[in-house]
Amino acid sequence: MPAPIRLRELIRTIRTARTQAEEREMIQKECAAIRSSFREEDNTYRCRNVAKLLYMHMLGYPAHFGQLECLKLIASQKFTDKRIGYLGAMLLLDERQDVHLLMTNCIKNDLNHSTQYVQGLALCTLGCMGSSEMCRDLAGEVEKLLKTSNSYLRKKAALCAVHVIRKVPELMEMFLPATKNLLNEKNHGVLHTSVVLLTEMCERSPDMLAHFRKVRKLSSSQLVPQLVRILKNLIMSGYSPEHDVSGISDPFLQVRILRLLRILGRNDDDSSEAMNDILAQVATNTETSKNVGNAILYETVLTIMDIKSESGLRVLAINILGRFLLNNDKNIRYVALTSLLKTVQTDHNAVQRHRSTIVDCLKDLDVSIKRRAMELSFALVNGNNVRGMMKELLYFLDSCEPEFKADCASGIFLAAEKYAPSKRWHIDTIMRVLTTAGSYVRDDAVPNLIQLITNSVEMHAYTVQRLYKAILGDYSQQPLVQVASWCIGEYGDLLVSGQCEEEEPIQVTEDEVLDILESVLISNMSASVTRGYALTAIMKLSTRFTCTVNRIKKVVSIYGSSIDVELQQRAVEYNALFKKYDHMRPALLERMPVMEKVTTNGPTEIVQTNGETEPAVLETKPPPSGLQPTSQANDLLDLLGGSDITPVIPTAPTSKPASAGGELLDLLGDLNLTGSPVSAPAPQIAQPPFLLDGLQSQPLFNDIATGIPSITAYNKNGLKIDFTFERSNTNPSITVITIQASNSTELDMTDFVFQAAVPKTFQLQLLSPSSSVIPAFNSGTITQVIKVLNPQKQQLRMRIKLTYNHKGSAMQDLAEVNNFPPQSWQ
Amino acid sequence: MIKFFLLVNKQGQTRLSRYYEHVDITKRTMLEAEVIKNCLSRSKDQCSFIEYKDFKLVYRQYAALFVVVGINETENEMAVYELIHNFVEVLDKYFSRVSELDVSFSVSEIHL
Repeated sequence: MPAPIRLRELIRTIRTARTQAEEREMIQKECAAIRSSFREEDNTYRCRNVAKLLYMHMLGYPAHFGQLECLKLIASQKFTDKRIGYLGAMLLLDERQDVHLLMTNCIKNDLNHSTQYVQGLALCTLGCMGSSEMCRDLAGEVEKLLKTSNSYLRKKAALCAVHVIRKVPELMEMFLPATKNLLNEKNHGVLHTSVVLLTEMCERSPDMLAHFRKVRKLSSSQLVPQLVRILKNLIMSGYSPEHDVSGISDPFLQVRILRLLRILGRNDDDSSEAMNDILAQVATNTETSKNVGNAILYETVLTIMDIKSESGLRVLAINILGRFLLNNDKNIRYVALTSLLKTVQTDHNAVQRHRSTIVDCLKDLDVSIKRRAMELSFALVNGNNVRGMMKELLYFLDSCEPEFKADCASGIFLAAEKYAPSKRWHIDTIMRVLTTAGSYVRDDAVPNLIQLITNSVEMHAYTVQRLYKAILGDYSQQPLVQVASWCIGEYGDLLVSGQCEEEEPIQVTEDEVLDILESVLISNMSASVTRGYALTAIMKLSTRFTCTVNRIKKVVSIYGSSIDVELQQRAVEYNALFKKYDHMRPALLERMPVMEKVTTNGPTEIVQTNGETEPAVLETKPPPSGLQPTSQANDLLDLLGGSDITPVIPTAPTSKPASAGGELLDLLGDLNLTGSPVSAPAPQIAQPPFLLDGLQSQPLFNDIATGIPSITAYNKNGLKIDFTFERSNTNPSITVITIQASNSTELDMTDFVFQAAVPKTFQLQLLSPSSSVIPAFNSGTITQVIKVLNPQKQQLRMRIKLTYNHKGSAMQDLAEVNNFPPQSWQ
Repeated sequence: MIKFFLLVNKQGQTRLSRYYEHVDITKRTMLEAEVIKNCLSRSKDQCSFIEYKDFKLVYRQYAALFVVVGINETENEMAVYELIHNFVEVLDKYFSRVSELDVSFSVSEIHL
């Protein structure tokens, strides 16, 4: 067996390979040779083979068959063997291989070796890939080495200790006594590693942190003053060649110490006070011409921001950041933007001063800087500067890369909503965003916009006109088209009649409007959702337009056989509307009511859906699966007239046909009665667990509170509804109301549905009713239980809505119940 | 915390790789290729810090060799930048005017 080639030869041969295939071939040949050599148990060349194996591993080829060989190498006595063996162990082995446990004994012996280099090797390896079992076994040895006087070993032992602590946090206390003397060393290496060790300890365990912070009475070895002293020496001392990096002595150690000071000073006044001077000194004395100085300043600024520093120091820090921003070097600017982002919450005003520089950074070429500048700009927008900032941001939206557009658009919407100086400006801004970045706008922004538009009543004509013009030319941007078709559907009559105060009114005929909507329907570029919007819009126009009803009928009936199930369903329903329920059509397709503004909380807000109203009694209609797939989950809303009212979630399906996600949009607003709890994942209505636990599990309300009078909540047209109350003894904020509905007319009332809504500070739970038929002549009642949670003990108010069939016609009524007795909620 | 330390040349060949966290060997080549692609596509006057997935890359170019270090958020990027330079200076001293060939041929020495 010829002697295996040296590593260098191997590298040379691999470098001559022209293609990936050639390289693979060479490597495989060499692997085979190595494998056979291993099998022969050849001691002399083992180290060479393993070295080659490591190289191949680095290139990405599998090398696990060398693991056992590494162990054999470690066990050998030669230093070169050991070196390669440990290196191999570090690279190839880790906790997941079982083989590594065999190393433990070897490492133990080597830790006690006479040569420091061997000890160092063992420490390195343990620190690199020691598993928790190994660490536990060998921690004692490591601790012993931490106390030796040999600085070479000490620093390696400290790093190894860091790894041990990371793996086995319980062993931290073992290293505590050793750390006391660590900082007294002169050797920077040891200092550095001991600071790392202390940092790790403080980060891991708050007890340690407290321990290090507290005053030790006798010795002068408080941690913070010690660190301050070391730092001072570093800055004050003259030039020391072995630690110098571009004119600053040991910047790495300085940065480490600053970081440890930061951890020690966080939320702790005493420590922070002790550090104030030194931080100021570092900040002013460090040279900023080189990157090194800037690195130190950066760390200093971060530290000042984090600890409880005095305000003068904070101003200093922000000024430093401002100076960074003006620097030409990209890295520094990036770093400054990042830190400003962190501090903008706390020191808003100070950061505002640099606003113009930040806005300039938006125009930078560098992607990372642009991203940071964009985030920071959004954080800085406030009522005063919103117009100017928005202009800049819109310009940025125009010219930025696609990956930013979605974030930028959402950010602009949020900012515009919070700080819009006027409705017209708001709508203009939104239009601008839609037209420039239309396809990147998030899906849930569309409902928000729609709601916004409905809210600004006086702007309807203007809005619909602008939207119409926008999609005339180009209807490929889906969100834009969706909003536009919704508006045209709603306000088409305003568009056609040409009344618009804000702008030049344009002359549009009904046919033209229908043309554009039809082309949206037909176009290949429209998504299914958009088509749904367009179809609904066309339908709504059937009541608003006067001369083109037949055309609309034709369009709708065409889509009754569309392949897309959503479209087909809608078309069939609308067809039915035309044929069977034509008398209801105007009422159904009325204008949408003004919607109460929902507080936005970022892109994941819940907003209403759109669509026409449907009374529950239309049993022929199949349950609509939600007019927009995206808002399926967002149907629960609290929009009731003027007050904040939360809708009710009945826990069991009621007798409504429109179950499973059917939305009920009626004159109250968006009271959604979800039949199955599955379709009600709306986050803001999640019942707190205790409500469910407390109420549903066991009856805690055996005691009828003495003397809470029952009330008649409603009495009209022969239908009477009484409320009786119970209060729970265990949880005084829960009131249980039992309603009884009785019918004094001579005909039964069928399909009776009771819905209730309460103000926002309450929570409501409706259990299922006993039945849905109220027999005539007061011969029976429907009972239903309502549980109300009233944590703030406010006055109970409720709005109720009743729907039922009586004498062959559908009835519905709204009422407000205000006569709750005080004992029911106090 | 430093996650990894790579020396890659312009053609994408890895000259030195040291991972401080476990990464699958199959994923390593992919990771390295992607990282080097990110670095190569940057021009001279762009920032040396890139955000990549959930950590940051700090890279520095020396002739045809890129030194790339992956760090997480708690680390001071500029300090790492200096560390890279320090490392290169040490190599320079050790090999007296180091070049890429030196790095390729003395992998094991550089590791330690």
